Amino acid sequence: MDLAVETTLTVNGTRVTRRIEPRQHLVDFLRDELGLTGSHIGCEHGVCGACTVRVNGEIVRGCLMLAVQADGCKVETIEGLSDSKELAGLQKAFHEKNALQCGFCTPGMLMAAQDLVLAKEKISREKIREHISGNYCRCTGYQAIVDAIEEVLNGQG
Amino acid sequence: MKAPSFAYAKPRSLQEAFELIGRPGAKILAGGQSLIPSLNMRLSAPELLVDITGLPGLSEIVVDKGTVRIGALVTHARIERNADVRKHVPMLAAAAKHVAHPAIRNRGTLGGSLALADPAAEYPACAVALQATLVISGVKGERRVKAEGFFKGLFETDLKDGEILVAAEFPTGGKSVFLELTRRHGDYAIVGLAAHQDRFVFFNIGSAPVLVKGSSLTELKTSLARIEPPADLYHTSKTKLHLAGVLLERAWTSL
Repeated sequence: MDLAVETTLTVNGTRVTRRIEPRQHLVDFLRDELGLTGSHIGCEHGVCGACTVRVNGEIVRGCLMLAVQADGCKVETIEGLSDSKELAGLQKAFHEKNALQCGFCTPGMLMAAQDLVLAKEKISREKIREHISGNYCRCTGYQAIVDAIEEVLNGQG
Repeated sequence: MKAPSFAYAKPRSLQEAFELIGRPGAKILAGGQSLIPSLNMRLSAPELLVDITGLPGLSEIVVDKGTVRIGALVTHARIERNADVRKHVPMLAAAAKHVAHPAIRNRGTLGGSLALADPAAEYPACAVALQATLVISGVKGERRVKAEGFFKGLFETDLKDGEILVAAEFPTGGKSVFLELTRRHGDYAIVGLAAHQDRFVFFNIGSAPVLVKGSSLTELKTSLARIEPPADLYHTSKTKLHLAGVLLERAWTSL
């Protein structure tokens, strides 16, 4: 039985219409159908945050949203935000502070951190840690990541 | 892992939704922040997901004569930030901050959390402490249930097949405090406490929210000591009971 549902969404500014199997989550759709492999797949149950993407301006877990649910939505991925230079400040700070080890969590970290940058508030390291707690991965102690985010938010290292 | 195969429908009216959820193997999908992980882990295998996020009238927050009515589809992020909720039901706004992480709070809903009745969830305990009324809709019309009678057990509520939780009404006023202990911010609670006036409701120390009764701290402690919380991977029953006692004292002091 064909269960696919015709779905139209805008991904990084481009309108896309596909027939999508309901079981396919958004990040699999972005990676497998559209070749946007910047959003990573880690745990597939919402714990690791490596699949973080933006839907209608808000960050979400790409693995906890079905692609068919994105019908009519505006989806932005790490590729889109990187190409538009929206992430340039964070990327520079992450680069300079060496704010990664294996780098698997980095796309999700940047998406979550950009959420803080857009809020335009000066916040404590404690609050930064709280905000990125949904992206904790494994190999770093997050010191350099917090340093990098803090530099962009508060203009200090 | 990947979810098993299922069909998907997004009704535009409650009538259409009732027809769809009456079909065999149908399951309601709201924010999906608990359901989709369970599908991905193949702990759940519905034949049809009925996405209720397109239903009108389920996303409002309305203040009216001593109550705040919150639609089932209102997200945790909105509860956390909404000025009316913060002013009139501050406990809920405080609890929302503890629900997982920002990206999850942008999609998870109040109704989803209440209807799922996870023993580690924040809102069921808040609803019992605040004596909220849950508004349930079905083909035969609407009915209202007090939160205390709604949560029946582990992932078990008073909701019947074919019904949809459409809103929750929270009385305003009174002093409250919300406390939760976790290993890391956003993790599932080890133990939590929603306290409002003289109502102390613990979560994750039983299969449903636990209302502990007593008119003094000593009486409350005695009642609490009778509970045997289920142990988890990291905490024995005794540890959880001890931590619940710590929260009780903190809440008692700040109320």
